Amino acid sequence: MTAHTLAPARTAPDEGLKRRLSLWLFFVSETMMFGSLILVRFHLWGPGRVAHLDQVLGLDLTTILLLSSGTMAHAEALIGKGDRKGFVRYIAATLILGLLFLVGLGYEWAHAPFGPTQGVFGAVFFTMTGMHGAHVLGGVIFLFIVLLRGLRGRYSAESHWGAEACAMYWHFVDVVWVFYYMVLYLL
Amino acid sequence: MSDNAHTETTHSAAGFVRHGAASWRDYFTFNTDHKVIGIQYFVTTFTFFLVGGLLAMLIRYELLTPPAEFSTTTYNSLFTIHGSIMIFLWVIPAMAGFGNYLVPLMIGADDMAYPRLNATSFWLIPIGGLTIIAGYFVGQSNSGWTAYPPLSLQPPVGQTLWIVGVIILGTSSLLGAINFLVTIALMRAPGLTPGRLPLFCWAMVSTSLMALFATPVLTAALIMLLLERLLGMNFFNVNEGGDPLMWQHLFWFYSHPAVYIMVLPGMGLVSEILPVFSRKPVFGYKAIAASSMAIAIIGFAVWGHHMFTSGMNPWLRIPFMLGSMVIAVPTGVKIFNWLGTIWGGKIDLKTPMLFALGFLGMFTIGGLSGVTLASVPVDIHVTDTYYVVAHLHYVLFGGSVFALYAALYMWFPKITGRMYNEAWGKIHFWLNFVGFNLTFLPMHWLGLQGMPRRVAEYAPQFQTVNQIASIGGFLLGISALPFLVNALVSWARGPKAVDNPWRSLTLEWQTTSPPPVHNFAVTPVVTHGPYDYGVGIAPTGVAAPAAAAAAPAGD
Repeated sequence: MTAHTLAPARTAPDEGLKRRLSLWLFFVSETMMFGSLILVRFHLWGPGRVAHLDQVLGLDLTTILLLSSGTMAHAEALIGKGDRKGFVRYIAATLILGLLFLVGLGYEWAHAPFGPTQGVFGAVFFTMTGMHGAHVLGGVIFLFIVLLRGLRGRYSAESHWGAEACAMYWHFVDVVWVFYYMVLYLL
Repeated sequence: MSDNAHTETTHSAAGFVRHGAASWRDYFTFNTDHKVIGIQYFVTTFTFFLVGGLLAMLIRYELLTPPAEFSTTTYNSLFTIHGSIMIFLWVIPAMAGFGNYLVPLMIGADDMAYPRLNATSFWLIPIGGLTIIAGYFVGQSNSGWTAYPPLSLQPPVGQTLWIVGVIILGTSSLLGAINFLVTIALMRAPGLTPGRLPLFCWAMVSTSLMALFATPVLTAALIMLLLERLLGMNFFNVNEGGDPLMWQHLFWFYSHPAVYIMVLPGMGLVSEILPVFSRKPVFGYKAIAASSMAIAIIGFAVWGHHMFTSGMNPWLRIPFMLGSMVIAVPTGVKIFNWLGTIWGGKIDLKTPMLFALGFLGMFTIGGLSGVTLASVPVDIHVTDTYYVVAHLHYVLFGGSVFALYAALYMWFPKITGRMYNEAWGKIHFWLNFVGFNLTFLPMHWLGLQGMPRRVAEYAPQFQTVNQIASIGGFLLGISALPFLVNALVSWARGPKAVDNPWRSLTLEWQTTSPPPVHNFAVTPVVTHGPYDYGVGIAPTGVAAPAAAAAAPAGD
C-alpha cells in the first residue's frame, strides 16, 4: 500500500468565497491602522477644527474621489454584463480621477499653511493624508494593471475577479477618505 | 510507506518557487509546502532562541556581582535585543510554525489557503530578524523591547533598524493571520464541523483574530516613531505638543494582545497533548474553545495595566484593573478543564506530557502573579522591579516555551519520521525545569524587595539571590544542549517512527510520518470528535485504508 498510487487529496474551497473573505480580513486590518491614526488625530489636536486648511480644495478632493467610486462601480457593472469596451472606458475614467486626486493632494501638500515638521498639526495632517495617498497610489497602480488586462480582453462577464477586487479596494480607500475628510477638514 | 513522503518536488516556471522537499537544499528555497515552511519556522526561530538565550546568559553574567562589568549601553542593548528576539523572533513565529505545520493536517487539508503568501510570511522573518540584529552592531538600540519615547528617539541608528525590523515581522504575522483564518474557515475536511475542530485550531483562530486587529495599530505607531526619528515630525515630543504616553497606549494596545498571541497557541498545543497522554476525552471542550475567544476579546480592553504608573488619567486604572482581573476567569476555566482532563486518566509521563504538566504548573504561577500585578496598589509598589521580570518569564517561558518544547517532542515523530530519545528528553525536561525555577522564582523576592529591572548595577544586599538566579540561568542555557543533540541525532539516525506512536485520534496522526507532500492519500471524512479516548471508537477521520488499519481504536 503506497500513497502515491492514489490521487492526492485536495480540499478545494469555494474560490469566490475564499477571495472575498481574505480581502475583507485585509480591510479589517487596514481599518484598524487607519482608525488608530484617527484616534491619534483626536488625541493630539483635540476635538477642535484646524482652521487653516483650504476648505474648497478639501471638498474638491472628496468630490473627485466620490465620483471615481461611481465610475468604478459602473465599470464593474458593465463587465458584469460583458461590455468590455465600456468597462475599459470607465476604468480609464476612474484611473484619471485617481491621478487627479493625487495631483490635488500634491497641491495641498505644497500649499498647506504648515510643514510636516511644524508641530503636531503638520505631523498628523501629513501622516494621515500621506498614508491615505499611498493607498490611493496603490489603487492607481492596481487600476492601471486592470486597465491593461481589460484592454487585452482578460475579463469577461463570468470571470473578472481582478476587476472586482480592484473595485472593492478602491471603494474601501474611498470610504477611508470620507472619514479622513471629516476629521481633518470639517470637525 | 514513509519513503515516498518527500519525493515530489515541483519546479514552477518562475524557477525559484518549490513545493515539497526532496533534499535538505529545498529547505533553503521559497517553498510553498506548509510542512516545509513549518520546519523552516522551527529551525529559524529556534536558532534565534539560542541567540536570545546567549544574550540572557550575558545578562545573568553581568548580574553576578553588584557593580557594572559591561558599559551600561552594552547592558541596555543586551536586554533590548534579548527581549526583542525572544518575543518577535522566537515565541510568536515559533507558534506560527506549529500553526503552519499542524493546522492543514489537523483539518484534513492539503495545504494552507495561500501557499505563496505563507512562504512570504516565513521569509519576512529572517529578513526582519537580521535587520534587528544588524542594529545591534551598527549602533545599539537600548530602549528595551517596548521602545518608549523619548528614549527611542535618541540617536543610535540601531533603533531605526529595530523599528523597520519589527514592522517587517508584524507584516509577516498579519499575513499569517489572514492565511490561518481563511484556511480554518474554508478548508476543513468533510464532517469536520466547528464542534469537532481540534482545540489547537480554535486557539489559532483566536490568535489570528488578535493579530489581525492588533498588529496594524503597532505598525501605525512604529511608522509614526520612524517619521519622528527620520523626518523630525512631532508625535511623541512634548516640547512640540506631542505625547510620549500616546506611544505607550498604542504600543500596549498591540502588545497586550500580543502576550495572548504568544500563549494562546501554546494553550492549544497543551490541550492536544493532555488528553492523548491521559487517554481521556478532553474535559470541557466547548469551555476551552470559548475561553480562547473570550481571552481574545477581553484581551483588547486591558492594555492600560502596563501603564498604572505612567501618569495616565488615574481613574482609567480602575476599569483596566478590573478588566485584567476578569481575564483570569477564562484563563482559570482552561486550567480547571485541563485538570479535569488529566483527572483519573491513565497518565503516561512521556517527555511531551512532562512539559505539558510543567506548563500547567508554571503558567499557573505566572497567572497568579499576573493577578497581583493587575491590582493597582501592588503594581505601583513593584512596577519596573524584578517582580515583573519574574511574572513575565513564568508566563512566557514557563508558559509558552514549555508548551513549545512539549509540542516539539510530541510532533517530532510526525515531522521527522523518527523517534527522539526518551531518556534524553526527560533529562532535558528536568534540567530545564530546575534551571527555570532557580532563575526566576527568586526574582519574585528581589522585586518585592525593590530591585529595579533593566539596570546593570544593583545594591549589594541582593547579591546572593542574584547569584542563585545566575546559576539557574546558566543551567537553563545548558539545558538546551541535550535537546539540541537529541533532536539532531534523532533526526539523522533515530529509530523510524510509526505513523501514530501516541495513538492519538486527531487527523495529523492518521497519515504517514512524515506526511506525503499533499498530506492525505484520500480526503479524510470526519465522523466524530478529536478527543474521544476510552469511549471505544475509531480515529476522528479515516485517512487511508492502511492508516486506518494501523491505528488502534482507542483504549
